[in-house]
This record gives sequence, C-alpha cells and structure tokens, in this order.
Amino acid sequence: MIVVINGSTHEVADGMTVAQAVHTLTSATTGVAVAVNDEVVTRGAWETTALRDRDRVEVLTAVQGG
Amino acid sequence: MDDLIIAGEKFSSRLIMGTGGAPSLEVLDQALVASGTELTTVAMRRLDPGARGSVLDVLRERDIKVLPNTAGCFTAGEAVLTARLAREALGTDWVKLEVIADERTLLPDPIETFDAAERLVADGFVVLPYIGDDPALARRLEQAGCAAVMPLGAPIGSGLGIRNPHNIELIVEAASVPVILDAGIGTASDAALAMELGCDAVLLATAVTRAQRPDLMAAAMKAAVTAGRLARQAGRIPRRRYAEASSPMTP
Repeated sequence: MIVVINGSTHEVADGMTVAQAVHTLTSATTGVAVAVNDEVVTRGAWETTALRDRDRVEVLTAVQGG
Repeated sequence: MDDLIIAGEKFSSRLIMGTGGAPSLEVLDQALVASGTELTTVAMRRLDPGARGSVLDVLRERDIKVLPNTAGCFTAGEAVLTARLAREALGTDWVKLEVIADERTLLPDPIETFDAAERLVADGFVVLPYIGDDPALARRLEQAGCAAVMPLGAPIGSGLGIRNPHNIELIVEAASVPVILDAGIGTASDAALAMELGCDAVLLATAVTRAQRPDLMAAAMKAAVTAGRLARQAGRIPRRRYAEASSPMTP
C-alpha cells in the first residue's frame, strides 16, 4: 500500500503501524506527536493503530520559533 | 519585582522569550540565560531526521517552561490540530495561538484566531492568543476564556516598536487577564515602554536572536522589562506644557 509520511510517498507493507511509520524517521518516542489524516494519534495508540492505503501521516516535533 | 501570574502559574520574570532566529542552539542558550526568562516559545514542525540537537534539550537543561505556538497556521482548523499535536508531543496544555492572515505582513487573522480560541478553550487548553492591537477583540477573547491576550506592537520581526501605544493602553485598562506585548520590539526602550503602558509581560525573539550580540541584548531586555515595570508601579509624573521648578523660589 501507499502511505505519505511527512509529505513523502512510501510503498509499505500492508498493516504498517503508526509506530513503524514514526520509526522510519526517528527512534525518539518523546517530544514527538503524530497525526494521521489530520487526527492526533496518541502515543499509547501508536503500536495498535494500523495505517491504511493512502493515509497521510504527519510526524511533528518542536523546533526553534516564535 | 512582583510575580507574573498566568492561569494560576507564577513567574518571577516578566520577559517571555521566543526561540526563532538564533544562529545556533549555543547562541540561543546563552541568550536565554542572560534574559532570565522562565517561559519560552517553540514552533511545531515536521520532524527532520537530520536535525542535530533540539531546542527542547536547551529548555529542559535550563528548566524553562515550554510554550508551544501555532506559527505557520492560516486557519482555525490547522491551529487546533497543531495545538493538539503540541500537547501530545510536549505534555503541556498551554498554547500561544497564532493564526496568520498572509505571508507578507504575518498579521494575525482575527476571525480565525477567535474561532480557534473558542475551540481550544472548550478542549481544555490554556490559550494565549496573538492578536492585533485591537481592544474590542482583546475583550472578546478574554470573555471567551483565554488566559491572557498578546497584542502586537508592530509586525513580527519588524523591530518597529509599539506603533499604537494608545490602543495598548486601552487593552490594558479593560483587561483582567495578563496583557503580553508580543512582536515588534526592536530594542530595550520598546520593551520598557510596553511595561510603562501597563503590559504585564513582553514576548520577544528576533530583537535578541538577531542582535549583533544576542546575550548582551537579552540582558538589556531583562533590565528594560524590570525598569518599565517598576516605573509603572511607581506612577510617573504628569506631562506638563511648561516648566515647574522643583525648588520653591521663595522660602
């Protein structure tokens, strides 16, 4: 299936979890937040939330600003 | 100096720093320490796997409370999502709400800001909205349950100072939540003026981070905010058209 992680399109195995998608970018689990299709997925649900074809995953963290 | 209290939380510094514009985390760290700030904003962005070090490490090391902002959002929906992501990532329900109208002026969009503020307050956030110097909007946001209001002095990064001191005074007069002068500060006298006008705190970033010597300007801002606060509390003399001798002419 195809998923979009932080704007980049990836061909991934069916059933990829949010945790696995985050792991493609970072091994950090704190200071990071995830939205799938504009809905927040809480940290506790990363392992149990499976992505679906065409999902848009946004992985955010804090940077200098404001 | 008396404490600043926002949503029941006490701060002994009335200078809130931003972290944008610093050339490196080392320079930022030195400036934050020199400023004496206890509350500092960060932005939320896509995670960059190549990034070295994190602004969060600097703030944690210095025991500075993090205030995530929604910079880069153009609609209420984007701002609400960004605030929720910040809450998830940083474990704080405080948010500096910033909804920008356009890239050229970076002026805040009052309609989207108000819409987002109502939704975030309903969702349990401590909302500090960045707004124009509009007394009517400030009052409406306070009524909507915002924990503070943050009127601009001038556009973000402009360093133009406080363009409409009269409106800032009107906002201060009517507000019962803290008023934080945000954006437009260029140098120390601007920060002192904000406090003399009755603002409860000043938020600034660029004026320090892009100064030729950020740590020195941070120290200047700290002193200016303290001086302005003390002058406000002391009560300035009225302005007079003509001289008034300070020593009597006759015994």
